[in-house]
This record gives sequence, structure tokens and C-alpha cells, in this order.
Amino acid sequence: MQRKPPDNPSGFSRREFLRGVGATSVAASGLLVAGMPDEAAAAPGDPVGPGETKITLSINGENKSVSVEPRTTLLDALRNRLDITGAKKVCDRGTCGACTVIKDGRAIYSCTALAIDVQGSKITTVEGLGTPDELSPVQAAFVHNDAQQCGFCTPGFVVACTAMLKAHPTPTAEQVRLGLGGNLCRCGTYAGIKEAIVEAGKTASISRGTGGGGAT
Amino acid sequence: MTSILWPAKEQLKLIGKRIDRVDGPAKSSGAAKYSLDINRPGLLYGKILGASIAAGTLKSLDTKAAEALAGVRAVHVMTEPGRPINWAGQEIVALAADTEEIATEALRLIKAEYERSPPQMDDADPQKVEGKPRTRTEGNPAEGFAQAAASVSGRYGVATITHCCLEPHGQVSEFRDGELHVWPSTQAVSGYANQLVKPAGLESNKIHIDCQYMGGGFGSKFGPDAWGAVCVELAKKAGKAVKLLLDRDLELMIAGNRPSAFADIKVGADKEGRVTAWESKVWGSSGVGNYGAPPLPYVFAFPNQNTESQGIRTNRGAVKAWRAPGHPQGCAITMAALEDLAAKLGMDPLEFFLKNLQFAPEALRETYREELMVAADLIDYKSKAHPRGDKTKGPIKRGLGISLHTWGGAGHASACDVTINPDGSVVASMGTQDLGVGTRTCLGIVVAETLGLPLEAVQVNIGKNAYPTSGGSGGSTTIGGISSSSRRAAVAALDELLKRVATELNISPDELEAADSKIRAKANPQKSMAWKDACKLLGQMAITQQGRHQGGARTELTSSGVGGVQIADVSVDVETGLVKMNEMVAVQDCGLIIDLKLAESQVLGALIMGVTYALFEEAIYDPQTGRMLNADMEFYRLATLSDVGKLRVHMMTGKGYDERGVIGLGEPPVISPGAAISNAVANAIGVRVSSIPLTPDRVIEALEKGGVRT
Repeated sequence: MQRKPPDNPSGFSRREFLRGVGATSVAASGLLVAGMPDEAAAAPGDPVGPGETKITLSINGENKSVSVEPRTTLLDALRNRLDITGAKKVCDRGTCGACTVIKDGRAIYSCTALAIDVQGSKITTVEGLGTPDELSPVQAAFVHNDAQQCGFCTPGFVVACTAMLKAHPTPTAEQVRLGLGGNLCRCGTYAGIKEAIVEAGKTASISRGTGGGGAT
Repeated sequence: MTSILWPAKEQLKLIGKRIDRVDGPAKSSGAAKYSLDINRPGLLYGKILGASIAAGTLKSLDTKAAEALAGVRAVHVMTEPGRPINWAGQEIVALAADTEEIATEALRLIKAEYERSPPQMDDADPQKVEGKPRTRTEGNPAEGFAQAAASVSGRYGVATITHCCLEPHGQVSEFRDGELHVWPSTQAVSGYANQLVKPAGLESNKIHIDCQYMGGGFGSKFGPDAWGAVCVELAKKAGKAVKLLLDRDLELMIAGNRPSAFADIKVGADKEGRVTAWESKVWGSSGVGNYGAPPLPYVFAFPNQNTESQGIRTNRGAVKAWRAPGHPQGCAITMAALEDLAAKLGMDPLEFFLKNLQFAPEALRETYREELMVAADLIDYKSKAHPRGDKTKGPIKRGLGISLHTWGGAGHASACDVTINPDGSVVASMGTQDLGVGTRTCLGIVVAETLGLPLEAVQVNIGKNAYPTSGGSGGSTTIGGISSSSRRAAVAALDELLKRVATELNISPDELEAADSKIRAKANPQKSMAWKDACKLLGQMAITQQGRHQGGARTELTSSGVGGVQIADVSVDVETGLVKMNEMVAVQDCGLIIDLKLAESQVLGALIMGVTYALFEEAIYDPQTGRMLNADMEFYRLATLSDVGKLRVHMMTGKGYDERGVIGLGEPPVISPGAAISNAVANAIGVRVSSIPLTPDRVIEALEKGGVRT
């Protein structure tokens, strides 16, 4: 996977963290992936961590200052530090999609992204798509088509659907499978979600503030 | 006096219509706050260390390093050294820390040493049963089998599955001004505080429960359990609010599962296809607890039958009620054996089930007959059905499978307060909960319908034990209980208001009714008063009336006992063993429906949950270590959106159904999918896959014994 260096308003990045802790301990902690040690070795900067450090995240169009440890995930930063709780923690292992947010136009699992790694990215959570009084077309379609029961998976599905429909306004069954196959529901709301996709796909403007770009 | 009975169908404005759930916007926008989302000032994060062995003894425990870690605020031992370990994940120590990261790190610093015994994990081997079997004989089975023109014998099974609620079990606990505030994820708001008296060290009236939204329970979330109690202990020790909801691995290991069931069945029928005798021996495991055997034979009571059940103790986490306890297992085993018998007789299964309806409960025979016809019609049974074993050339075989199920669904005890304010606003309050089934919406619909108001005019307060007591949501008892108590409360409050209006309009209260946001004369709708003007007559004092539902099988407003029929259409690849859902139809009755849209959602959801346990879900335990091998959501598989095929739901409504009153719906439609899908697979490939889930390995294993391979 090719990692694009983030825009870096706070002057802090994942590579600097990696350099700070050293490639050896990165390998030992299981974080090592192809290409990283070189990147880390090449990057200038001061060591950061293991304690908390202040970073700035762009969430739903607002810059938020937040203290996190380098090991804090984006999901935990949102939920535990910023009280933005729409994204849910369910599997915490990148399987269920309940924590889905949009990062620079792409749907990602926020439980598998480190908070320090998304500085400079535009993050949109379900709260950034609409409010109860002013629902986005996808959110409204979820309500009309009863695409929710307990509702715990719903924010993740709403965000994943929004990203998918942005890329494929009238998705094929295969595009739906790929776009939403990474989200799980236990109550069994898939029938309603399929209807909601069709309804929302008909609406020209999918959402506001998704940070541009499209899902692939 | 306003009649307590449900209004006639043609008068209904809201009840029985397709209405959006009132909390849909809060849920789809992320504004809904679940227990996992509650953040309090200075909140600490609680976590539990589970045992790494499944059987043995905790030899020693050292928590010093964890306690010394900066940011750890409270540690509470849940299993003392010397105590037995009965399953992997059993709670050893709980702790609370400033952040989740620190709490996770602290757990790793705890040193727990065990003396390990070999765990007993096998729940399928009938040689491992313990205790005295429970037996029951009716008629003369030997004679019955002698009369049979054909009989089949086979072994059938249903594996252990978990609840896998997306919001894990647990709560947030906070002591404030000498009282305890708890935000639990629960199915039983009114009963919750009473189970926290001991850890809280407070009387119930000082414990405040608040559960506005909860992320799934399915029978596993009634009480606080050990983790709820220890969350209170940690909050007490730390003097700060503590959030403790189980991590996913523990959630899957210890927060409840559905017991397995395996059975040897022999069943015979005469040449007409009427069953003459049934013999069943069932076993399975409820972990270390007593085995709760499924009902066999299911739905039917045959003239000559002999049944036996016995349990196997295993070192697995405790079972908990799982949506329609016992029924999915009893159904899968019974309907599979019956379909095998139909195949042996060379009879069409639809015809076979119709013929044997004489052995179904009398009250449901006509319902089943109608439902079988509707379901067959919806799936185009006549043109798709074929004898067992799809003769089509090539590896893809297609088949249909039928199943029948039943459930009670009588309303639980419930109390509701309805208040009409002088400004015309209305409040309905009840200590119930909305598991996602639409309780909040249905409560609003009943009160709004009764008062002749639009749904949005009624504020619904639920989720707190401060409100009138209402039962826990289990056994499909909620809708009966809450619709009855709220109807009674709303009628009583309305009657108070009608008295005031009657004086004003100089008419008898009996001649008045509430409709279209007005109070009007029944005989002369022109003679009316707008709702708001009527309420102004109250001066400064609101009207509050309480309505109660006492429970019981049949009342003026509710009853119990439903039947449902499902037919599955599947394709099976006999080279890979993969089963693909083409279509599934569910035909279900549940008496008078309050919100048709939400009722249909319940059935659709049940079908999807059913496809999941029929094809994918299974808790897999390592026989050596006793640990659950798939305690995560990657390998504990749930169906995805693309796995479920086309789903169709038909609710039986109208004459013969509506007048029965309101009956619960949560459990019944989840009972049949395993059986219907198993029967469809057998019809497709020509051989029975003996256990569900129907995973590719099981399908291939069955095909090695017979069936159609090319």
C-alpha cells in the first residue's frame, strides 16, 4: 500500500513517531510493514511518545485539538477524547465497519487508523453528514426504508453508503457487495439498506461536507 | 366512557399502517447515545482480564504491577486464588484507568498462574451425557412404527452460537451525591437497579437507570451480570464514573450463547404420509449448567411418541436465552426428519406438511394451512418444486425447503402513565426499553391513535426506572404488554378530558370521541372542540392516568399463540459445498399489528439472522485449551448484505387475525430459517447435511455419502 505523506499543520507525523521509537521497537511491536523503516529512517523530527501529545485533527470541517498517545486509534480519539460517538466500536479489528468514517473522500475503518496518522486529512463522521433535523439523503433514506433496528451498525453503514454512492450513484449489485461487504449488521437490516441505497442513489446531492473525492 | 377495545379497522388512523420509527433520525445521524457512547466528567475506562484456561484452578494472582502503572485508578479481584476456573474468559480481575490504552496495558501486567485440568469441550458425543435422562412416552411407539409404511432414522444437529450483540454487554456507573447513576445496555430497564443493590451498597430507590438506546440483546442482556456489578465496585473504589463494556473477545466468549442440540430421530408414516410414530433422543450442552433441551417433536404432537433428553457438561461460557430459546434447535431437528421421511415416501413436502397439520395444535391448523398456501404462492412453489435431488446437469443444484414454527408472545406485566397537559401536549411514560424493535414508536402510535392525535404530538419517555414498571423485553412479550397498558392509560386520561368537554358542550361524555385532533360528538362531528381548546379547560392541572396490563395469555386487547411458515430457495455448488441463498419467503401472523413497517422489519431481520445461523455462525472451541478459536468478528461469521438473497415477508392480517389483539413477534420468525434452509439444501443435493451451520465442509461430507454430484 502506498502511503501519501499527510499535510502536516502540527509538524508531526507517523514517520516521525516511527523514527522516534526506532525501527527495532517498531518491528518488535508488530507495526512493521513494507517500506516503513526506510521512510522512518529518512524522516527528520523529534521523538514523540510514548506519552500523550497534542495534535490537531480536521473533523467535520472543524479543526479539533486533542491529546492522544501515539497508540491511540482515530476511533478512540473520536469517541473517548472528542466525544464524537457516532462511529461505534464493535470488533475493534477492522472487520465489522461500525467505525467507518470518510478520510479525504474514502471510507476507512477508524479503528485501524492511528489518530496521529490522519493529521492533515479531512475526516468526516456520520455527524458531519447531517443532523436529526437536517438529514442527508442517505440518512433520510435509511429512515424511510427502515434500514435500522437497534441502530448500532447504522452510522457505519450510512457513512459507507455515502462514500459508495459518491463513487457509484447507481451502483451495480457487485459495487454494493464491494462497497458494503465490509459492514456487518446483527439485527438483520440488509433488506432495508438495499432499498435505502436505491432511494438515496436517485438523489443528486449525496451529502454535504464529505471532503471531496470519491470511494473506489 | 371510551371503549377500551381496539377501534374497528376502518377507524384506525395509525395502528396497522407503515410508519417510520420515531427515533430513526437520531439513529441514522449518529445523535442517538448508546450506553457505550455515554461520556461523563472524569470518566475512567474499565476492563476485565479473562482466564486463559477453561478448566482448573487459579493458583496465584499478582496485580501489583498493574496497580503501580500510572493512570490505573482501581483494581478489583473477581476470582480469588484457589477458586475453580470453569471456562475460558472467566472473570479474574477488573480494573479502571484514565484511558482505554492504559487499561489494556494494565491487564497485560497482571500475573495469573493456573493449575490446568483437561477441559471437556465435546458436546456432540452422546457417550458423554450425564445424569438421568428425562423421558416421556405417549401412545404406543412400537405399535405406531408397526403401522408405518416407511420410516427414517437419522442424526441431526445444531451447533452452539453466540449472541454477538454489536454493542457489547456492560454499563457506565457513576456515584453522585450519594446516589448511583447507571447507563446500562439492557433489555430490562425496570428490573436492573434491583440487581445492583449489593455492589452499590444502596437501596434501590437511590439507583437510577437510564438506557435510551441499546445495541442489541437477543435474550442475553437482562441483568447487570458480573461485569455490571464490578463496574459499580470500580466506580465506588475510584470515586469516579467508570465505563465498562466487554471487549469483543470476552463478549463472544462469556456474554452468552445458544446451547447446541444433537438428536437421533426415528419417525414413521403410513402410505398416505400421516406420521404414525416418533422417537427422539436429544442431547447437547449448556456449558457447566443444566441442559435445556429443545421441544421435540416441534409444532406437532404425534399419536405415538417417545422422547428422551440429556445434557453434556462442557467448559464453555454460560448460556443465555437466545431469541426463541430452544425453538430453532427443535424446529431444525424436527422439520429435517419430517422432510427426510417425505422424501423416502416420495411425497412432495408441501403435501406432506399439509397432511400432518392434523397433529399441529388445533388453534393453529387453519393458520398453518393458509400460510403454507400463501408461502407456496409467493415463491412459485408449483413451478419450482422437484423431488429430492436436482437432476439438472452441472455442479449447481437448486432446491426448496419448508418449515413451520410457533410461539406464545403474550404480553408481560406493564404499567404506563399518560399525561395530558393544559397546553395540549401529551406525555406517555413507561420503564420499558427499545431494543430496536420499535417499542418507542409503537407506544407513541397507541397513545396518539387513542387520543386522536398525530404521532408527533405524543412525547414518549422510556428507558428509566423512574417511570412506571414494565417487564423486560424477552419472549416477544413487550408489544402485548406495552400496547395494552398504554391503551388503558390513554383511554383513562381521555375519559377525564371528555368529562370537562362534555360540561362545556352540554352533552354526555359518552357521546364524545377524540379524532383528527378534536374532541367531537360521535353523532354530529360538526359539534367539536379543537384538542388544544379542550385541554385549556384543564386550567393549571394536567391529567395523569395510569394503565396496567397484568399479563396473561388472553385479554381484551392481547392474546398469544402464533404460527408461521417459511420457504427457502437455495443453490448449492456440489464441487465446493457453497450454499447460496436465492430467495426466502416468510408468512407470519401476530394478531393485530401496531406498525406494519416495523413488523415487516422484524421478520426480515429474523430471516437474515436465520440465514446467518443456518450457513455461517458457529462458536468453535479448541478441544485442547478450551478457548473459543473464533472470538472475533472475522472468523465468527455473520452474513453480509450480499449473502442473504431476495427476502419476502407476508404478514397475515385482516379477518381472523386482527381481532385476536396484539401478540409478540420478536421470536417466531427467527425459528424456521435453519430448518427451511437445511431442507432446501437436502432437496437440492439429494442428501441431508446432518448439522447446521451448513458450511462447505459439512455439505461436502454429506455428499460423500450420497446425493447428486454431477
